[in-house]
Amino acid sequence: MTDTPLIDIQNLRVVFHGDGGRTTHAVDAVDLAVAKGATLGLVGESGCGKSVTSLAIMGLLPKQSAEVTGSIHFDGFDLLNISDQIRRDLRGNRLAMIFQEPMTSLNPSFTIGDQIIESILRHRGGSKGAARKRAIDLLRRVHIPSPERRIDDYPHKLSGGMRQRVMIAIALACDPHLLIADEPTTALDVTLQAQILDLMRELKAESGAAIILITHDLGVVAEVCDEVAVMYAGEVVERAGVDALFATPQHPYTVGLLGSIPRLDRRSSHLATIEGMVPNMAAPPQGCRFAARCPFAEAACSATSPALAEVSPGHWSRCIRAPLQRLVS
Amino acid sequence: MTALLEVKNLVRHFVVSRSAFGRPTALVKAVDGVSFTVDTGETLALVGESGCGKSTVSRLVLRLIEPDQGDIRFEGRDLLAMNANELRAFRRDAQIIFQDPYASLNPRMTVGQILAEPLVLHNLVPQARRRERVEDLLRLVGLEPRFARRYAHEFSGGQRQRIAIARALAVEPKLIICDEPVSALDVSIRSQILNLLGDLQRRLGLAYIFVSHDLAVVKHIADRVAVMNLGNIVEIANAETLFTSPRHPYSRALLSAIPVPKPQARRSRMVLEGEMPSAIDPPAGCRFHTRCPYVIDRCRDEVPQLLPSTAGHLTACHRAGELPRAEAIIPSDGAFSPELERLVAAFGRTDGSEPRFRG
Repeated sequence: MTDTPLIDIQNLRVVFHGDGGRTTHAVDAVDLAVAKGATLGLVGESGCGKSVTSLAIMGLLPKQSAEVTGSIHFDGFDLLNISDQIRRDLRGNRLAMIFQEPMTSLNPSFTIGDQIIESILRHRGGSKGAARKRAIDLLRRVHIPSPERRIDDYPHKLSGGMRQRVMIAIALACDPHLLIADEPTTALDVTLQAQILDLMRELKAESGAAIILITHDLGVVAEVCDEVAVMYAGEVVERAGVDALFATPQHPYTVGLLGSIPRLDRRSSHLATIEGMVPNMAAPPQGCRFAARCPFAEAACSATSPALAEVSPGHWSRCIRAPLQRLVS
Repeated sequence: MTALLEVKNLVRHFVVSRSAFGRPTALVKAVDGVSFTVDTGETLALVGESGCGKSTVSRLVLRLIEPDQGDIRFEGRDLLAMNANELRAFRRDAQIIFQDPYASLNPRMTVGQILAEPLVLHNLVPQARRRERVEDLLRLVGLEPRFARRYAHEFSGGQRQRIAIARALAVEPKLIICDEPVSALDVSIRSQILNLLGDLQRRLGLAYIFVSHDLAVVKHIADRVAVMNLGNIVEIANAETLFTSPRHPYSRALLSAIPVPKPQARRSRMVLEGEMPSAIDPPAGCRFHTRCPYVIDRCRDEVPQLLPSTAGHLTACHRAGELPRAEAIIPSDGAFSPELERLVAAFGRTDGSEPRFRG
């Protein structure tokens, strides 16, 4: 990439200090970058650190218990070394986030209009009338029918799909440069999911914002992302353009994930499974964190922790056995 | 041959508000005239969006909820005429697994107690042999026998779902209702549980009613599929037929919305506009007509009947015969690249050999 990326994360580590001196390494040495207008899919299963990474970007981790080190550069700011005041100015303005649960992320005691207008006034100022007009425009942009009437509704009057649209409208209120969407469609039915994914594609094309889409669903990644980072046990284990990742994945974990998706194009009696369990992140294993569950593992895998290495141009894998195709040819 | 389970015209309305005199003023027509059969050893999937009535149906056929109308027969016996004792005996034959493995296991009981309880209730195994039977059950679902001494909170979601499956199997049922059994699980764990359900079905000859909103999962596990919309079955067919030539516009919309793990998968998507109408005041005529791209005047007035086109393929749509062919909207993964196909095979050893389980 020749341009400076919009957001550049280097060597990000998040360690949680729990009761009785317990420490959990939730995110470990993560490097990520997203260019302007690009969509990065951040994929992995529960507990892999994908949500913690996004919360670190937003500065939403609890200060008392979470130790965040490394660097996150965004739009000329060093996000880990800025005042709370500047962080508050960035959040909801140039940096916006959509959460998974549309049912709980809106305040039930205010109308949806109030909640959109609040964000506009906080960051943009201007008159209340102008903010309201913009709020109606935003609702129209996310395809809420009759936005002039809907703007005065309370959240409980809206269905899950509608609420997620309102959340997107709030996130877009100040034309963010980076939008982080944490499992935005997981709580929705497939037909609504299709609508929301279409909407996100459309908005990306219109606004040129960069998107980090956090999901466990590789189907969703294939539909909307340009690049993908696969996370496992706090580390990025594979990073590639979306076509390369789905054509020739270079980390066994990614292969396992792809193999465990039920196929539509043929019927097989067994799906691939990833045996065993994720390692205990209070005491991560010495070598490759996936070695214990990996059918391709050899002795060397458990000895030292592999580095994220470039297997082919732009395609990175944290696996000493990559390129994997030579193992099966 | 009589079907294992035969459901006819099942109706259940819930009262959502009453007048001052207790007269119902608003009803949710959760299930409104549903009929289907399930044969021994087969899997019937019920699919549809939230609120379509699929979970209510699953509870009605166990009489966990009483129907307002209709007829349910299990091995030819009339379920609705059964007294408490007969019903208890029936529940040996039919069990249920719920979606949330965190809520469906009693946190104050050890796994051994959870699995022994159905054996005690139905007086199946003499006390001396109960422990042995519990250990057998754990082995059957791929868990280690020593887990019997532990409590549910010590297990991951996937392991808990295995425990819930073992509990259902304790009474040696003929039918298990699986209500979104893998929806709360991670992808890799989901495939383990799906494989387990498939293995158990083949080994024990179980029938499943598999309730799910995830069509890719349904394609994998079901023999036949019933698509529900607002309390009605709109299409029912064997899985292969439904996924290659769906006839109802709603089935087509559901199928076209499945995200496929292949970038640039070429297909025209049928994105439904608008929201699902409320089941309190469902639209007149065909209940799908407000969202249907093929709607004509007849759909707004006349309720379509569930009619067969070919044997075993029933569709409730006035225009089922005249719709364009469905190929273009059916997602096909296109195959994986040959390299990926070999990698996946090497990874999962998906050759149908004995599945490997580790606790």
